[in-house]
Amino acid sequence: MWKWLHPYAKPEKSYQLAGKLLPWFVVLTMIAFVVGLTWGLLFAPADYQQGDSFRIIYIHVPAAMMAMVAYSTMAIAAFIALVWQVRLAEMNVAAIAPVGAVFTFIALVTGATWGKPMWGAWWVWDARLTSELILLFVYLGIIALYNAFSDKLLAGRAASILTLVGVINLPVIHYSVVWWNTLHQGATISKFEKPSMAPEMLWPLIVMIFGFGAFLGTMTLIRFRNEILARESHRPWVSALVLAKLSEDK
Amino acid sequence: MAFDSVSEFFAMGGYGFYVWLAYGLTFLALTLLVVSNIIKKYIIIKTVERRLAREQRIKKAQNMENTL
Repeated sequence: MWKWLHPYAKPEKSYQLAGKLLPWFVVLTMIAFVVGLTWGLLFAPADYQQGDSFRIIYIHVPAAMMAMVAYSTMAIAAFIALVWQVRLAEMNVAAIAPVGAVFTFIALVTGATWGKPMWGAWWVWDARLTSELILLFVYLGIIALYNAFSDKLLAGRAASILTLVGVINLPVIHYSVVWWNTLHQGATISKFEKPSMAPEMLWPLIVMIFGFGAFLGTMTLIRFRNEILARESHRPWVSALVLAKLSEDK
Repeated sequence: MAFDSVSEFFAMGGYGFYVWLAYGLTFLALTLLVVSNIIKKYIIIKTVERRLAREQRIKKAQNMENTL
């Protein structure tokens, strides 16, 4: 396995692999978004209590879920970067952070527009909402710290350490609806129990979760490639790549 | 189909404002993310292009000096 994996420690090879994977992720994202949104917005029945306002779930839950998945992935990459000093893993941390931040922002905003008609308030200092807001601040902190250093080796290490520190927030978010008496409802989908949702509402949600996951993958690949290009911009292989592109355009 | 007409679809059973606000802001945020990173790639490549062109100009100028 190591023999197979080893070439990808070279940024050039990783850049090419990411480029090969990218179109597949783009196609998967588009299919899932088209299917999930049409199904969720047009065909899923209205909720018996919340009416049509429940349709916000098809972006709220996927965004919140993938914000956590993004953070977990970042934490694994940060761990690899710190323990084995893999530079590409650091670039991966830097690549994912803004995507996770945008997902967290979406989860908060869609939560607010759902909270207003259902709870009567855009925002409440509830355990789930507050811990999610902290996640957004942690994401912004990681991005700011990474951009604060002009030496990207140092920046990568600092951002990786902060990422690992912020992991403490993940179980807090996940169990916030269990540990505290909150306004936010409990988990709709759980691994061990039957989902508390009718299948004709649940399926589009699963498709949308998959779509947000594919979108996370797409953006990570694009940003990862940008990160490699920017950091390696003085290497001959990047010059060759740019020259090849120039002659192609002519 | 959960709605009988287009206007009913946009009304979202009276929750239209909240539902479309949520979807609109999501769409805006995701679009900004995609566009900003496509622009970023373009800027990175342009910077490398400019550096290569400059290197070539310097080389040319040096050759000229040698011939004069």
